[in-house]
Amino acid sequence: MRAQPALMQETARADQSLNAHALRADARRESLRLLALLAPSLFLVFAIIIVPIGWLFWLSLFDEAGALSAANYARFFEQASYIKTFVTTFKVAFIVTGACVLLGYPLAYMLSQLPRRAASICLIFVILPFWTSVLVRTYAWLVILQRKGLINSWLIDLGIISQPLSLANNLSGVVIGMTHILLPFLVLPLYASMKTIDTDCLRAGMNLGAGPAATFRQIFFPLSLPGLASGVVIVFVLCLGFFVTPALMGGGKVIMWAMRMEQTTSLYSNWGAGAALGVVLLVVTLALLGLFQWLLGARATGVWSSR
Amino acid sequence: MNRTRSVSVVAIAGLMASLAAPAMAGDTITVASWGGTYQEAQTKAFFKPTADALGITIKEDTTNGLDDVRLQVTGNAVKWDITELGADECARGSKEGLFEKLDYGIIDKSGINPKLVHDDWVGISYTSVVLIYRTDVFGDKGPKTWADFWNVEKFPGRRALSGSQATETLSVAALAEGIPIDKVYPVDIDGALKSVDKIRGHVDAWWTSGAQAMQLVKDGEVDMASIWNGRAGTLKKEGAPVSFSFDQGVLTADCMVIPKGAKNKEAAMKALAMFVSPQLQANLPLYVDNGPVNEKAFETGKIPQDRIKDINSAPENVKKQVLQDAEFWRDNLVEATEKFNNLIQQ
Repeated sequence: MRAQPALMQETARADQSLNAHALRADARRESLRLLALLAPSLFLVFAIIIVPIGWLFWLSLFDEAGALSAANYARFFEQASYIKTFVTTFKVAFIVTGACVLLGYPLAYMLSQLPRRAASICLIFVILPFWTSVLVRTYAWLVILQRKGLINSWLIDLGIISQPLSLANNLSGVVIGMTHILLPFLVLPLYASMKTIDTDCLRAGMNLGAGPAATFRQIFFPLSLPGLASGVVIVFVLCLGFFVTPALMGGGKVIMWAMRMEQTTSLYSNWGAGAALGVVLLVVTLALLGLFQWLLGARATGVWSSR
Repeated sequence: MNRTRSVSVVAIAGLMASLAAPAMAGDTITVASWGGTYQEAQTKAFFKPTADALGITIKEDTTNGLDDVRLQVTGNAVKWDITELGADECARGSKEGLFEKLDYGIIDKSGINPKLVHDDWVGISYTSVVLIYRTDVFGDKGPKTWADFWNVEKFPGRRALSGSQATETLSVAALAEGIPIDKVYPVDIDGALKSVDKIRGHVDAWWTSGAQAMQLVKDGEVDMASIWNGRAGTLKKEGAPVSFSFDQGVLTADCMVIPKGAKNKEAAMKALAMFVSPQLQANLPLYVDNGPVNEKAFETGKIPQDRIKDINSAPENVKKQVLQDAEFWRDNLVEATEKFNNLIQQ
């Protein structure tokens, strides 16, 4: 009896070694065929993403005379304003992302709890500004926020303040304008993920004696994290490349990286000067995305796997 | 008498023939300028009359400046036959070899300031940077000079200066230090930067476009500003409570070039000759506040007498202003702008 399984194992092993070669070749053929199916999209990615970025990187290595040099990167250290601009960019990105989370999370939560019809009507209000030109919305904010704008004239007329608040042409103007424009990018993925949360989980929690607050904290919130993470990443990355709103709302005092790129491209006669800024932004953004993935991603996937 | 007459007839006929050579009838050239009301004025003043006179078609496009020309020329994809630029951009592009040589046998340069006549670029119009203030804040006792603008005790209020045009703001800063208008150039860049350093804490907005400067003043976001005269004129016409003058203005020229490798060089040269001719130059101030670059335009009788005093390049007004030196900025723009940006972006 005992020999029987051993014999079977033996035969199996023999079978395996007999067929192994053919099986492996077959597997290889199959994976190649699958790869061939991917080829068109791989080619697209290569042609429209990898090649231009590689070219950008290549350009950034040449100085005005067309010689290979690190001059474009040395500028970051020689001129204090580059570092300052870089810091401003990330500061604005963090503040705006934070503001979007504070405003967007409750909004998305409310939308997800509303009956279907009411939710779709409310969603229209989220999406409608999304379709309006960024330039128009930025100018509208300028009208509202400036020294003789709506908010200041109301507050003064009501006797709440005597001197107008500085809301435009500085950091607060930039943050308000950008938060408004980027809010839908957080709300939409967050809403989508909240809608997929199984209400049975919440009911089960309640059933087991958790109050509404505990249910939210221990069940709903962790389950909404993947959506929040994707919203945060989208908003943050969009912030880093923002141009129109800081240019108009910052009064020339909030210079972000994209504005610096525009200045640099027109100031120097070589494309490398601007390209170097692009390369630095890309590298730092990728590094930060990696960090996000590690921090939020791990936690989010942790929640998913524990389900 | 008869003889001289016939000679002049022949001369005129010859001139006409040279301007309207039969080969070019039906040619199409593309001219790029800044767009907006300025280009609309150019269409009426320059492009249409030229197209009619030469029997060619002039297509229009808009430019963002030297970058566009550089991209087209270095990329071997020149789509413009003539393009407008700022004079300092022309000087820089010339150094980089981006333009075709101009033929001053065809283009008559008389009446144009020699500083704006070069092998491969020629002036086309003038803009002035002027000091504007709101009369609802200061009455008529507002800041009149750049020294006043810098004097924050005597003239308290919110201020805006150009943050994108370092050359203009540095010229203005030199004037604020009390340097007489004929001594501003060559600009002592470090001195001018020190001057900017004094005022930068009191600047509430550094504007980056003409529209922005206009909006800042119009909405009362600032009480005084540096601004282009065209924008200042528009504000006044719209009835905004503002005042400005050409005293201590900074006169900046725009220029036109034929990008290297332009497809229709011959026709472009003839069109450019028309654009800078006194007759067509005199049309420009009828439509826009940018002054003609050819001072002979003022002798054509086309410009009404009462309009002349409002034109920045009228001889009377030129005397009150500093002419931006394009060749100075060709050599110093990059370094000066770097330092300027470092200072105001601190």
